[in-house]
Amino acid sequence: MAFLEMRHITKRFKNVIANEDVSFQVKKGEVHALLGENGAGKSTLMNILYGMYEPTEGEIFLEDKKIRIKDPKDAIDQGIGMVHQHFMLIPALSVIENVILGMKDNKAVLDLEVAAKKFTKMASKYNMEIDPWKKVEELSIGEQQRLEILKLLYRNAKLLIFDEPTAVLTPGEVEFLFKVIRQLTAEGHTVIFISHKLTEIMEICDCCTVLRQGKVEATVLIKDVTDKQHLASLMVGKNVELITDKEDSKPGKVILKVEDLNYQDSNQLNLLESINLEIRSGEILGISGVDGNGQSELIQCITGLKKSSSGRVMINDHDCTGYTVKQVLNEGIAHIPEDRHKMGMIKEMTIKENLILMSYDKSPYSKKSILDWKWINKHSEKLCKLYNVKTPSVDEISGNLSGGNQQKFVVARELDRDPDLLIAMHPSRGLDIGATKYIQSQIIKYRDKGAAVLLVSTELDEILEISDRIVVMYDGKIMGTLKQKEANRDELGLLMAGVI
Amino acid sequence: MIDTITSFLASDIRTAIPILIAALGIVFSERAGIVNIGTEGIMLTGALMGVVGSYMTGSVFIGVIFACLSSMVFSAIFAFFTITVKADQTVVGTAINIFASGFTITLNRIVFNVNGNIPKIDVFNIVPIPFLSQIPIIGEALFRQSIPVYIAFLCVPIAWFVLEKTDIGLKLRAVGENPKACDTVGINVNRIRYGAVLFSGLMAGFAGAFASMGQLSFFTEGMISGRGFIALAAVVFGNYKPTGVLIAALIFGAGDALQYQLQASNTGIPYQMLIALPYIITVVAICSMVRKSNKPASSGVPYIK
Repeated sequence: MAFLEMRHITKRFKNVIANEDVSFQVKKGEVHALLGENGAGKSTLMNILYGMYEPTEGEIFLEDKKIRIKDPKDAIDQGIGMVHQHFMLIPALSVIENVILGMKDNKAVLDLEVAAKKFTKMASKYNMEIDPWKKVEELSIGEQQRLEILKLLYRNAKLLIFDEPTAVLTPGEVEFLFKVIRQLTAEGHTVIFISHKLTEIMEICDCCTVLRQGKVEATVLIKDVTDKQHLASLMVGKNVELITDKEDSKPGKVILKVEDLNYQDSNQLNLLESINLEIRSGEILGISGVDGNGQSELIQCITGLKKSSSGRVMINDHDCTGYTVKQVLNEGIAHIPEDRHKMGMIKEMTIKENLILMSYDKSPYSKKSILDWKWINKHSEKLCKLYNVKTPSVDEISGNLSGGNQQKFVVARELDRDPDLLIAMHPSRGLDIGATKYIQSQIIKYRDKGAAVLLVSTELDEILEISDRIVVMYDGKIMGTLKQKEANRDELGLLMAGVI
Repeated sequence: MIDTITSFLASDIRTAIPILIAALGIVFSERAGIVNIGTEGIMLTGALMGVVGSYMTGSVFIGVIFACLSSMVFSAIFAFFTITVKADQTVVGTAINIFASGFTITLNRIVFNVNGNIPKIDVFNIVPIPFLSQIPIIGEALFRQSIPVYIAFLCVPIAWFVLEKTDIGLKLRAVGENPKACDTVGINVNRIRYGAVLFSGLMAGFAGAFASMGQLSFFTEGMISGRGFIALAAVVFGNYKPTGVLIAALIFGAGDALQYQLQASNTGIPYQMLIALPYIITVVAICSMVRKSNKPASSGVPYIK
């Protein structure tokens, strides 16, 4: 008997179909994966189940009873809870205030003491103790996620939906989360696990429904799946190479050297502590670590976006400490920034305008401060073709392109400048497998041409696959350097958590 | 000397009260995420409608009801445009202020006829509290006042209690911080915001009524003269808390009280300078505030699902 059944769900936004005739069943007590690429319709489907959207067509059954979910309140009443990808917590409020916020049976005058007692008892049952009187802004990311889970359990949720829950966690925290999920299902809770990470799905889930372009591609039992490749093909609809082919690196001369770099922010917090790095031509140095451990600050200090407190940055044996961004760029550095929309491109401008952002003041892009549009058009068309940017024309507003195509033209712009050093931050964040593999292969191809690459990523798979050497950052410090061949997940995980 | 202090305190409290009442209302709307820039205009409307109500019925209390109802109509318009239509709060608030300015002038001239004599209306009388008003120095200032002054002071702990200790207060604070998160736990964000804005309108109307019938005995055109904006400043200075707002209102009121006292004592300072004093104090106070602000994270941002 199915615990939850969604039948023939269709959701249209104006002309876009996000879900088309989606049907799937979840059994009681199982962990059911919802696998699909970005834009495959996973989140839309779950937002329908949680009442954030109403479906255009289709029905939902819970324990064989037809239910109607107009808003999250109905979902909560039915025992459905969701841990959102971006936590739905209020940082300025205390833990216990967040827990009871909006509950139906709250009295007009709140009794937080009683609630805190109940909360603490429940938390210790799952080994997820959190001080109920702490403010949420003081909690770590892992604790915030635990709070989200406890919030749902406090509301007696029977069905818990996890939307990409591991994206922000260290490997150790992921393991803990999986333990909690197993405990929950053992108690009879049912879990829906949204992810595009095959390894995790193979580890924690019992059953997997694959979505592609808004439709159900297949539903498979995990125990019947013998290799990940099969799931990956279902997800993207064609055979994909999961392993990136790469030759051994042939390191040449030192391109970038960072010596004893320190950075303090305006609150006198040490965000970077004596960082020493060296990258040679023809090699990829991967910086791994959980978001927010100093990676952004390090890159910003190198590229001139932030001024380091002390230390030196040498490019091609040339002291570039304290250079402005423009001076650094002129030293032969290209930068794929961490946030595509905020730093990498100007959404409102056309593709060709975005493509010349770095070079508009140089010949042949412009002569005597007058832009040569004829040449720019021709050159932009060439770049789009070369880097596989799918667009109706170079005059298209860049915000209208898919994430993968946007990232492709950012990469095109940066590599076209023929830099000695390419800094790539989260180059595949938010991209589907196809685009990810393409961008990664371009980075490797560029390395093979003799450039140095500094890759920053939170995805362990990406770091392990394409870097030649791996550096792990934790709390503004470098925890260790490993060769690609010697690196393994467990050791990296411990380094990322600051344990060794 | 003691007389001077007593009268200074009394006049400080009297001038602080309209700011305090309006600011307490603004605390609620700000904490829910709406900056009610229209407070100035809504106070002005309350000031006139209070006088009209009192003039027509002969009762100052019915006048206050007139003031509060009309102000709630104005704030309902503000709420509709900022919450439902999701228009820019500054623009809508400014429109309300401009409209209220013209509306009160026109209505005042229609009802009371500019050149006619100012009719006598029922106003708030001093109601001394037995015994307490006999306390030296502060007794006179605190306990020989009119009813709205007592109400305003009582509102401070009540507002604190509602915000910090009740379910509705928790929801209100949450909505101002992260409306999306509130949506996911089943809170109707817009309903909370409407309630908060209507309440801030009610308080602004009450504040206006006190200005025209507690401080003065009639309506004059443009009589709020920036006190709605000072109330907004008091909320920032008071760090979005009822007690903070009380202190801020008393400080800003002190500027006004000082100005009266200096004018009366013939110091030789040009009176234009003295009139500017409360406004200068407001600007300096706000600029000198360098500390962690309690400002709600989603203040001023419309919530779009």
